[in-house]
Amino acid sequence: MQIKFSNRGTTLIASIIGELDHHSAEYIRQKIDNEMIKSTNKNVIFDLSKLSFMDSSGIGVIMGRYKNIQRLNGKMAIVNTNAQIDRILEMASIKKIIPVYEKLDTAIGALQQSVR
Amino acid sequence: MQPINEMNLEFISKSNNESFARIVAAAFVSQLDPTVEELADVKTAVSEAVTNAIIHGYENTTGIVKMNCKLYKDSVEITITDKGKGIENVELARQPLYTSRPDMERSGMGFTVMESFMDKVEVFSEVGKGTTVVLYKTFKSLRK
Repeated sequence: MQIKFSNRGTTLIASIIGELDHHSAEYIRQKIDNEMIKSTNKNVIFDLSKLSFMDSSGIGVIMGRYKNIQRLNGKMAIVNTNAQIDRILEMASIKKIIPVYEKLDTAIGALQQSVR
Repeated sequence: MQPINEMNLEFISKSNNESFARIVAAAFVSQLDPTVEELADVKTAVSEAVTNAIIHGYENTTGIVKMNCKLYKDSVEITITDKGKGIENVELARQPLYTSRPDMERSGMGFTVMESFMDKVEVFSEVGKGTTVVLYKTFKSLRK
């Protein structure tokens, strides 16, 4: 499990690599929260394109961060290409409140559009 | 019906063992040669059941989690057992979004995910004695 951060314009991109379960959730949660405190960016993209597995623990992580971002008037998007993860996002109705894109560039474009 | 193969696994309730258990289950089930998607379904359901045993059954204390896998011609039956605190109200616990630990940023979707990724989920629980979850799945790709 690994998490990498990068910035594109006004957006913080958190790329989660490996498997996201209850065991790795706490680590991911702390890393993202620390990075958000340091960052001046309000918008966050969860890039899950290199995530090979996620169970319902991932929903807790995503929803928890979504609440924090909303509180700061930021926007959030998810990049995902994995069918198993897509089913979990669908099941938890996450896709109704957070837009999910297949490509990072599309997600970045959409968030920056909505800021203007 | 006699299983064509069977295995048992025991491990202590450490969260590192969540990935261990689901990988073992998937490796064993892969003998039947289901699709990658069907294997991912099994991995996900096992991960949910084992996580429940660790965080709710044993509440992060040390106990033994047991997993039994039975393979049939085109299906699998996986039993995950803990001797932890048990579930007071199984029906309530199975409700989507219900969590007994709102403090933990849990989604309450564990049983819903198991039910959706498997064909049938049975839960037997007794307060103070523990919980047994049985996951059933027939691999449609193997049905001829």
